[in-house]
Amino acid sequence: MEELDGEPTVTLIPGVNSKKNQMYFDWGPGEMLVCETSFNKKEKSEMVPSCPFIYIIRKDVDVYSQILRKLFNESHGIFLGLQRIDEELTGKSRKSQLVRVSKNYRSVIRACMEEMHQVAIAAKDPANGRQFSSQVSILSAMELIWNLCEILFIEVAPAGPLLLHLLDWVRLHVCEVDSLSADVLGSENPSKHDSFWNLPGNTQTLTELELKWQHWHEECERYLQDSTFATSPHLESLLKIMLGDEAALLEQKELLSNWYHFLVTRLLYSNPTVKPIDLHYYAQSSLDLFLGGESSPEPLDNILLAAFEFDIHQVIKECSIALSNWWFVAHLTDLLDHCKLLQSHNLYFGSNMREFLLLEYASGLFAHPSLWQLGVDYFDYCPELGRVSLELHIERIPLNTEQKALKVLRICEQRQMTEQVRSICKILAMKAVRNNRLGSALSWSIRAKDAAFATLVSDRFLRDYCERGCFSDLDLIDNLGPAMMLSDRLTFLGKYREFHRMYGEKRFADAASLLLSLMTSRIAPRSFWMTLLTDALPLLEQKQVIFSAEQTYELMRCLEDLTSRRPVHGESDTEQLQDDDIETTKVEMLRLSLARNLARAIIREGSLEGS
Amino acid sequence: MFVARSIAADHKDLIHDVSFDFHGRRMATCSSDQSVKVWDKSESGDWHCTASWKTHSGSVWRVTWAHPEFGQVLASCSFDRTAAVWEEIVGESNDKLRGQSHWVKRTTLVDSRTSVTDVKFAPKHMGLMLATCSADGIVRIYEAPDVMNLSQWSLQHEISCKLSCSCISWNPSSSRAHSPMIAVGSDDSSPNAMAKVQIFEYNENTRKYAKAETLMTVTDPVHDIAFAPNLGRSFHILAIATKDVRIFTLKPVRKELTSSGGPTKFEIHIVAQFDNHNSQVWRVSWNITGTVLASSGDDGCVRLWKANYMDNWKCTGILKGNGSPVNGSSQQGTSNPSLGSTIPSLQNSLNGSSAGRKHS
Repeated sequence: MEELDGEPTVTLIPGVNSKKNQMYFDWGPGEMLVCETSFNKKEKSEMVPSCPFIYIIRKDVDVYSQILRKLFNESHGIFLGLQRIDEELTGKSRKSQLVRVSKNYRSVIRACMEEMHQVAIAAKDPANGRQFSSQVSILSAMELIWNLCEILFIEVAPAGPLLLHLLDWVRLHVCEVDSLSADVLGSENPSKHDSFWNLPGNTQTLTELELKWQHWHEECERYLQDSTFATSPHLESLLKIMLGDEAALLEQKELLSNWYHFLVTRLLYSNPTVKPIDLHYYAQSSLDLFLGGESSPEPLDNILLAAFEFDIHQVIKECSIALSNWWFVAHLTDLLDHCKLLQSHNLYFGSNMREFLLLEYASGLFAHPSLWQLGVDYFDYCPELGRVSLELHIERIPLNTEQKALKVLRICEQRQMTEQVRSICKILAMKAVRNNRLGSALSWSIRAKDAAFATLVSDRFLRDYCERGCFSDLDLIDNLGPAMMLSDRLTFLGKYREFHRMYGEKRFADAASLLLSLMTSRIAPRSFWMTLLTDALPLLEQKQVIFSAEQTYELMRCLEDLTSRRPVHGESDTEQLQDDDIETTKVEMLRLSLARNLARAIIREGSLEGS
Repeated sequence: MFVARSIAADHKDLIHDVSFDFHGRRMATCSSDQSVKVWDKSESGDWHCTASWKTHSGSVWRVTWAHPEFGQVLASCSFDRTAAVWEEIVGESNDKLRGQSHWVKRTTLVDSRTSVTDVKFAPKHMGLMLATCSADGIVRIYEAPDVMNLSQWSLQHEISCKLSCSCISWNPSSSRAHSPMIAVGSDDSSPNAMAKVQIFEYNENTRKYAKAETLMTVTDPVHDIAFAPNLGRSFHILAIATKDVRIFTLKPVRKELTSSGGPTKFEIHIVAQFDNHNSQVWRVSWNITGTVLASSGDDGCVRLWKANYMDNWKCTGILKGNGSPVNGSSQQGTSNPSLGSTIPSLQNSLNGSSAGRKHS
């Protein structure tokens, strides 16, 4: 009873012969792959023809229709507004707000209907036109159902006005022939009708109304009994109609396009002050009488009947089966939940059902390249599984452009989804590294707060520098700011670049101190020390003494440290020997420079100022 | 409602596996023609084959993508007793213009002495790790310690299953509360009715994988196995493709009740069993939220299974071929009415079919 029954939908894939072959498949975020194959894993198959085709199956094509997109967008706004309605509001003000929300939803449906209708008329291809027309019908059905739900569940019209609302409802949705019949029926006794229906804004109470109606009803009955109108069978049947005689009403079946029109008409004449709780009796019997055993109820009939019976769950269930898109049931159920109507039912799946439907709807949105952003907000308002569903879905969004990536990241950051932020940035950083866009890779690593990867990218930068003698992406490195602290290697990269800048600005003393501190503070990787010492050479060879004696001693210490730990090479590899030669020469040069600098430094420091 | 489009696959023999990448914008196919093809989806939604190359010296059984955090990496396994790891190389600009990319082999895993029947990457939080299973009944777990150097993989574990293995599935749950877990299915058709599904769990203390559970009720050959993505449940869901579709839940029993240090014990329940395929079921696979299971079988259909909010599983869709020849041009779609009523009479009832009045 609580389950979503209904036969599974069968989708036919043209070109696949299910009698001959089986199918392999895989899920994608929004699509599914299917291909023909045969499952017998033999080493070499018999001459089975090559697999000609792979099929991509996509769900919910409706999401892609331009006009429906507007529906989704606008209803999204209404949904958000509804969630933010002050929970404190109670009573009349709350009810009027909820009714307003409901009317907003309906006007959005109607606008969509109208636009689609225009397209249907303008369609050049008749098949297309028919397709759009059928969509209009479905939207119309949705509005019909929603309107009824609004009257019965949200507006909760009390006994008197209920029928008025239902009359409006029928007038709005049933075709124009109805108005014709109303005229016919009404014109015979205008005076009686006019005075009777002077209800809006009236000061009569329900009892007064009922009394009046009783009086009028009795009068009509008397006329019938007295055969006042016996001469005119037409007028007599009219009288019978006004007395709510079902048989008489049914005789005019062609004028009543459907059973709910019949129902409302019947109520109008037999029980205009019908109470909501009595509605279901009239509804069922109206349906049965109208169909007269000739046909069985259609899905729409069942939905409406369930509504008249105030069986909200049945309404939702039937709608879920009849409509393939979750939009309708998700929004309607959410609204009814806000009216606190679902909680009074079986608590077990009261709020679960709302969330279940919203999750379904939102998941569907994520299959779309731009509507996924709407889905985010729906997930936000699903307290149990919304967050984790969002986490799973948002990771899968293809990050084709930087803009999209930033959008996705912003959404994740706003919700403190740190793991998703890290993962997405890592994916982008990796992609950048593989494409040799080191600057991009670095900035993504920083955003991901991924120290290990930042180290990796920094190493690449440094390697590049060693090979080419210059830095790429200077802007980025120069403006690292506090992000520099993410990893030691990154800090070194930043500081090293700073050293070069200082040197370029001829701030030699500062540059010298920085260079030294890079080595003594152990921020510089050992592999880089030789390069640093070599960088020190021009500073050592300057006319003025830059490194102090103390600093020179430090540099010497570093050099000795470096050289003492170098491994002894056993094999006589010529290349190795050559490298060794170069290394040895460098070291010699450095020793010489350092010694000379030390001498000059000592002299300068030992001298009196000014001499 | 579904829409189907077709793409000319151009494999010269049976296709054994198709696999979407993480974002659904690339796919890989592998075939008995010993090659793997990679397809890319363009902005307009069309699929193009951007690489096609010979990967093994035997039928390629499975192909799978690594998580994009590791770059563009594929793994394949074959009848030729090897599994291989491939990496895409950013090509020359000429190639880019022609829409071609190159894949190079980073490593060949040759430890198996029999056909390697499945290869799967581990969940990304475990690093760059993959598992293979072979007809010789051994599951091997390899790891690449340096994600920037894909040519270095080391064999970390060898798990003996004693039965010829056909499929493996890693538990995707990344919760710290769960140790890494891998399920192995066997299609061994020898008469001893040994249970065909085994579950192994990594033990932090012994640093080894130990058998945690055997699904005793599954005694028919198992063709595919898949853990469902976990939406924060405390229990695991496992789907099995055997002579029917089966879905099990595994609830970890509280650690205090088991001998400390041993593998977790699980309460195993079967929550669904479907024989709608009426034949062997060959493939099961979960969607990304783990809310829908798809299965395909010898009856040539793909079925979709979903649990409603009462946790009852039902079939919600069937994909089947109608046997009609496909139109010549590829990338063609057949559309169904949008917002569609699955039951077209919803429209009819609105039009008042009973009374026959036409809606304006």
